[in-house]
Amino acid sequence: MPSLLGLKMQMSDPLKHESCDIAIIGAGPAGLSAATELRKSGIERVLVLERESEAGGIPRHCAHPPYGIREYKRVLTGPNYAKKLVETARNAGVTIALNHTVTKIEPGGLLTVASPEGLQKLAAERVLLATGIRETPRSARLVSGDRALGICNTGALQSMFYLKQMVPFQRPVVIGTEIVSFSALSTCKKAGIQPVAMLEEAQRPTIRWPIHHAARVFGVPLLLNTRIIKIIGNDRVHAVQVVDESGKTREIACDGVLFTGQFTPESALARISHLMFDHETGSPLADQFGRCSDPAYYAAGNVLQQNSDSNSSANVPFYYTADNLPQPVDVAGKCWQEGRITAQWMVKDLNGELPSSP
Amino acid sequence: MTIQQSKNHTSDKGKTGRTSLLASGDIAVIGGGVVGCAVARKMALEGASVILIEKAADILEGASKGNSAILHTGFDAPPGSLEWKCVQKGYFEYLEIHESLNLPLLKTGALVAAWTEEQEAKFSDILKKGLDNGVEDIHLLSRSEVLDLEPHLAKRIRAAIAVPREYVIDPWSTPLAYLQQALKNGGQALFDAEVTGGEFDGNKWLLQTKRGQVQANHVINCAGLYGDLLDRNLLGSSEFIIKPRKGQFVVFDMAASELLSSVILPVPTERTKGIVLFPTIFGNIAVGPTAEDQDGRDDASVDKDNLEALRAQAIEKVPELANIPVTATYAGIRPASEKREYQVIEDSDRNWITLGGIRSTGLTSALGLAQHVHQLLAEQGTHFDPPAKPNIPPVPNLAEHLPRDYETPGYGEIVCHCELVTEREINAVMDGPIPAGSLAGLKRRTRATMGRCQGFYCSARLAELTRGKFAEPLGVEDADE
Repeated sequence: MPSLLGLKMQMSDPLKHESCDIAIIGAGPAGLSAATELRKSGIERVLVLERESEAGGIPRHCAHPPYGIREYKRVLTGPNYAKKLVETARNAGVTIALNHTVTKIEPGGLLTVASPEGLQKLAAERVLLATGIRETPRSARLVSGDRALGICNTGALQSMFYLKQMVPFQRPVVIGTEIVSFSALSTCKKAGIQPVAMLEEAQRPTIRWPIHHAARVFGVPLLLNTRIIKIIGNDRVHAVQVVDESGKTREIACDGVLFTGQFTPESALARISHLMFDHETGSPLADQFGRCSDPAYYAAGNVLQQNSDSNSSANVPFYYTADNLPQPVDVAGKCWQEGRITAQWMVKDLNGELPSSP
Repeated sequence: MTIQQSKNHTSDKGKTGRTSLLASGDIAVIGGGVVGCAVARKMALEGASVILIEKAADILEGASKGNSAILHTGFDAPPGSLEWKCVQKGYFEYLEIHESLNLPLLKTGALVAAWTEEQEAKFSDILKKGLDNGVEDIHLLSRSEVLDLEPHLAKRIRAAIAVPREYVIDPWSTPLAYLQQALKNGGQALFDAEVTGGEFDGNKWLLQTKRGQVQANHVINCAGLYGDLLDRNLLGSSEFIIKPRKGQFVVFDMAASELLSSVILPVPTERTKGIVLFPTIFGNIAVGPTAEDQDGRDDASVDKDNLEALRAQAIEKVPELANIPVTATYAGIRPASEKREYQVIEDSDRNWITLGGIRSTGLTSALGLAQHVHQLLAEQGTHFDPPAKPNIPPVPNLAEHLPRDYETPGYGEIVCHCELVTEREINAVMDGPIPAGSLAGLKRRTRATMGRCQGFYCSARLAELTRGKFAEPLGVEDADE
């Protein structure tokens, strides 16, 4: 749409050009650290495309510390950490285009971008996919029962509470015992939400420490060997049915169900594209440089989950055990680091210093 | 045009008691499902003053909530039956009017697929029935022809019958467009207004609703899952019994859309049309429905075993679906009766018509049923003057294959990222002629939260945008803040 592009030039839109050196999709920790690193390495036109109206990614609504130890050598809350990431990137000369949604990626770095000013095409020398990760919702878990209000993931709870000062329920049942489940309990406490139980299908919690204590500290009964088998409620959830290891079922009264964890890459763009895709991990296939099957594309951060030796003990974070590992998810600091390293590979690539892809 | 939703108009609550006259008109249509909406539209366009009465806070809260959204040709309907007649009439009227109302049509075509010798053996009967039913372009495809058309189908397919004019439509915008047109042509809609009783004085009906009284010359019972109970309550008896039949569905991620372009129908059995694999108007591939007889008329719950079985069946037919994540699950309840036929019952002495037992084919047949109702009323001697220039209000497009709102500048922001739903679309619905009364209603009107993340990213923003608008809000203000 050439006319639109012409119009956009006059509207002082962030996308002044229909081309850029590097386009980064997603302004979370991985995307912003990569962008900053690219600018520092002398890349001219680095553009971060963010679909939300605010940059920073998931840390924006994780108000609890610790964030920023690796990056800024101090302990920050999520929102402050997100602000700092954005500030650092902007100071480095990164352009962040908010409310810009990439709807399609095509061979050679050609992107279709939707923004309130119109649809446009953007050609980038290289593209970095940094679209992050999200939890698996109730539907994809095929959980039985009614489809009532009050069912959500930690991400929805936290963004609702920290960004909008609203809460979706008062007495939910929490499903899962991953590290994010701990984060969810903390949010509940801050929001005055009193979970009535925390359920774990396995004999012991996914997280090794400190969920046992945490559940106790937060006054939430931790029910092990217990599985949700049905959600009950007409308009709003009013109970869940659970079954324990003996096969005994019972109802727990509640007004919501909080499904935590079971992370899955937010990789829809890659999945519907020409890029080769790993259906096991839900990520685009990438080599050791983070480079995808189309060498114009890279991936970094949580959107890139790699299968290789993920079960070796070296890769297991301290809070999980190797035989009890949930879907891997990296904390912000690790994504930040990955973004930076991938950016360095991309710079080498632009300088012709990277071996060509197999 | 009038619309009354009690929850949004709390100020009138004191005035509208059970005994006050809320509305009066020529025709009261009881039930805001697809059939009720279509009848309201037809009669409003014929010039009658129509009052649609719905017990829920929104349309489509019963049987019309969940279906497979197929526009049927009627090729497999019982020949010569009223169902066949209404499906055919409804089919052609939809093709006639859909563009003017901005309703989409996805020209998928359908394949009746045979996977076994026994199924293939039924093909000659199906072909004959199709031809008898006037579907003249129905034809046989060999295995290789099927695989040319649908290369991702499992190779063990034996043959198929092509029904080229079976299409996919928007199950929710369609009835919304019908009711909206009724309202724009002088109709009224009353929500939260369950009919609790009524009397016929030999001339007029005086209906009692939970919000007040409604007076009408004629009543059309389109109460779907409660049609038999309404007849029993108001007429004293019912000629049929609703046997609710639940159908569960599994929806695959949009990434599946390239795996299938046709509706894949099974060879039907005596009892049910069977499990269908179909593209949706929203760009997904879905599988369903199950056919589970149950007592509950409101129980649209899903269960893991059936969902897993549906998913497995879909993968059996299109093996690559194994790689595609499940986006959503849902269930609908068909208002089947103990009889196979539609139960259209006319009590002309009491100016009452019941449209009951409208099972799987209701989305297509609704317009045909509305024509039928008009004809029955005309035969009873009613006469109305159609408006000289009827209002034809379009609905917003939600179909994936047609231009979406986000492709036009000035939309504010994209709120639901998975389904690319804009702030402008959401605001238009909340301020529109039939505003959503719940998150489910908003979802049906915009696709918000229908996608793969199911609200992970957009719940907070949606809670903010709909603050104070829903009886059951997405979120409430945090007490501590």
